[in-house]
Amino acid sequence: MPMYSKKVMEHFTHPRNMGKPKEYDAVGKVGNPVCGDVMYIYIKVKENRIVDIGFETMGCAAAIATSSMVTELAKGKTLEEAMKITRDDVAESLEGLPPIKMHCSNLAADGLRAAIMNYKKKREKEQDKTT
Amino acid sequence: MRVYLDNGATTKTDPRVVQEMMPYFTEMYGNTASLHSFGQEAKEAVEKARGFIASFINAQPDEIVFTSGGTESDNIAIQGVARALSTKGKHIITSKIEHPAVLEVCKHLEKEGYEVTYLNVDKHGLVNLEQLEKSIRKDTILVSIMFANNEIGTIQPIKDIGEICRKHGVYFHTDAVQALGKVPVDVKEMKIDLLSGSAHKIHGPKGVGLLYVRKGVKLAPIILGGGHEQGLRSGTTNTPGIVGFAKALELSKEPNNMLELRDRIINELLKIPETILNGHPTQRLPNNVNVCFKYIEGEAILLHLDQAGIAVSTGSACSSLKLQPSHVLTAIGLPPEIAHGSIRITLSKFTTEQEVDYFINNIKRIVHNLRELSPFWKNR
Repeated sequence: MPMYSKKVMEHFTHPRNMGKPKEYDAVGKVGNPVCGDVMYIYIKVKENRIVDIGFETMGCAAAIATSSMVTELAKGKTLEEAMKITRDDVAESLEGLPPIKMHCSNLAADGLRAAIMNYKKKREKEQDKTT
Repeated sequence: MRVYLDNGATTKTDPRVVQEMMPYFTEMYGNTASLHSFGQEAKEAVEKARGFIASFINAQPDEIVFTSGGTESDNIAIQGVARALSTKGKHIITSKIEHPAVLEVCKHLEKEGYEVTYLNVDKHGLVNLEQLEKSIRKDTILVSIMFANNEIGTIQPIKDIGEICRKHGVYFHTDAVQALGKVPVDVKEMKIDLLSGSAHKIHGPKGVGLLYVRKGVKLAPIILGGGHEQGLRSGTTNTPGIVGFAKALELSKEPNNMLELRDRIINELLKIPETILNGHPTQRLPNNVNVCFKYIEGEAILLHLDQAGIAVSTGSACSSLKLQPSHVLTAIGLPPEIAHGSIRITLSKFTTEQEVDYFINNIKRIVHNLRELSPFWKNR
């Protein structure tokens, strides 16, 4: 059993922005149930800025804490700023993760990027239709 | 409130066991190999304990070898037979759900040129007796099948296995670390040749175990030294530990309500939707509950319970260093995504109704909350 930082335990026991928001523009899905960690990151975008964000996660304490942390880091940021959030940023903001969890459970930044990419694709399609 | 429900890992030492052990630390601390009175009073205590423990499993005193614990007993038995009988054959039969203390020894022997058959188990964790009998060959020297499984609690048909092995003239070793002191063990009736046991699983001290070696069974020692324990386990005798082991076994005969509390937990947990009971519904240890809650992960459940002061364990990969789900849950056919949501609850004679209620209330809350967070729960 890995030892978690206080910050990880705090986000695990009191996750921020949990659940699917009532309204959202795109979702990023990452992980694999076979490995035990799956994350869905939902974003609501207004004028190129993430105005609302939420997550659904099945997984260990590290998976839940990183999901919670990435939503906090991304909220209010422009899409370009949010795209720059890395796995290491998430881990650092959580005062570190046990080495064994760095790869398997630290997927939240990937989930956020997947959500942003999906949002951009959707926008492109919509623009194609209107032109 | 702190509630300890991880008695499959280890148990609280019974204060009466500690009391029994104390004089052998501070007054009768002699070495059992010494001829003076200090040594002889220690030796007397060890032999008294040996006699009691032997009769407890229907063995003779000189068939009991004291060790440092279950892992050492398994090693002495399996490596001991392998080394002693290597000219007769190099084939060993075991099961896929054994404790690592057996599996890792077998894997090690494979590297040395031994051949090992790992028997499958059914969805309840039982070995197939036909498959066992068919697997026995002319060069088979040992069958090692655990008495009761440490994770899912399934109790094997030990007497049937013993009879098959005896019929074919193959030694039968059983790791009874989880069973001894919880279910009846009779080495004669069950035709067991070698049996491993441990004190700390039944409110005895850590660091002491036993290996029953039926008279006539050939073992080559793997620990060499002063020739203690009939040459099978050299090393100064752990007098307080052995005295404590005997006392713990004696106290294991006291009535308890583990079975009733176990069934109450099982009934209450199965009321939670999408929950699976792992292991055999009836042929299981009186103190073992193992369940999978679908769509959530075991380490998260465990840590939430820990926040509430409750200790359990999990077979989830996320809590293991290898990042693999439990080999036992895999062997009974659970897909990894379900095995990840497993929790083992193991009771003791000290577990109270109040503690069980506290656990049930908390687990219901935690499973509900984690499922609310899971992407699979609402879309199932």
